[in-house]
Amino acid sequence: MSDHTLTCANVYDARPATEVPAESPLAWSYQNTGRPSVSEKSRVVLRERAMLGHLILRGGAIVLDDAVRQVLGLQLPGRPNALSHDESGERSIQWLSPDEWLLIVPGGEEFELEQRLRDALGDARDTAVKNYAIVNVGGGQTLVELEGECVRELLMKSTPYDVHPDAFPVGKGVTTVFAKSNLILRRPTEDRWELVLRRSFADYLYRWLLDAGAEYAIGVEA
Amino acid sequence: MFHIYCPYCEELREEEEFHPKGQAHIARPTDPDTCSDEAWGDYLFFRDNPRGIHHELWVHAVGCRKFFNITRNTVSYEILETYKIGEEPRFTAEHPAGKPTEQAAAEAEAVARQEGVKA
Repeated sequence: MSDHTLTCANVYDARPATEVPAESPLAWSYQNTGRPSVSEKSRVVLRERAMLGHLILRGGAIVLDDAVRQVLGLQLPGRPNALSHDESGERSIQWLSPDEWLLIVPGGEEFELEQRLRDALGDARDTAVKNYAIVNVGGGQTLVELEGECVRELLMKSTPYDVHPDAFPVGKGVTTVFAKSNLILRRPTEDRWELVLRRSFADYLYRWLLDAGAEYAIGVEA
Repeated sequence: MFHIYCPYCEELREEEEFHPKGQAHIARPTDPDTCSDEAWGDYLFFRDNPRGIHHELWVHAVGCRKFFNITRNTVSYEILETYKIGEEPRFTAEHPAGKPTEQAAAEAEAVARQEGVKA
């Protein structure tokens, strides 16, 4: 089987320093659709956290858990649909499927982190559980935060998933159907919700959120 | 609202997150080079169409994206169970009310053994 073992991976910085500025997936939407301003009447506030580092980790839970603990000091969530954060709340790791996790870190950290994870996982190649993958998906998705008293009403209009606090406690994240599209819905804190949108759906979902949030005077923070 | 239990996500999810993928437990001939054309044709093209209990392969397409099995009654459309790949169904055509659980089976075996001792 050793013939099939991955011995090298093409690792490169997906965010090289160049003259060409990187654009958020919503850059065009801001120009085309605009950004309703936040007022006292806004009961939902939308905020994009663009250009974060998104990494997908795939592999066995035990091997990845060791590496993530060593490199980030974070525990890999073992339970389905679990989401955990480090103390600063800046770095998060989420269960996506039995062998897949989404790691989100501040923008710019992801390349170095990927290399450190690969170094830590390098030892894993010598054991029976050899296969893992780390993929930088930061270019393919963006993170949108929703805050305000009517966020739950807005979500209830958009997704069939039960967002009642009993069914959706803090520290949960699911991939689910949202406005005929799909996204990752997460609840990092009591009053803040996060949506991880695919780049190709970002404009559609942004316009959906503005439309669905119009009755709550939704505002978009720059 | 119609919910299906995903054995990997360990919770009930909306039906539109899932896709059916046809009959489950189709074994590929172990040696395709030596198997007959008929056996290979059966494997590739021919599927059961039972009235009653049917084992199906489904995928949680919007979600964990894992394949799993569903035992479904094709008459009543009732979903009897969902189980992971590699596991055995509890409800089968031979046991439409559900196979006895392992514990019950072990107890029955123990009883049978005792009776054997008596005999």
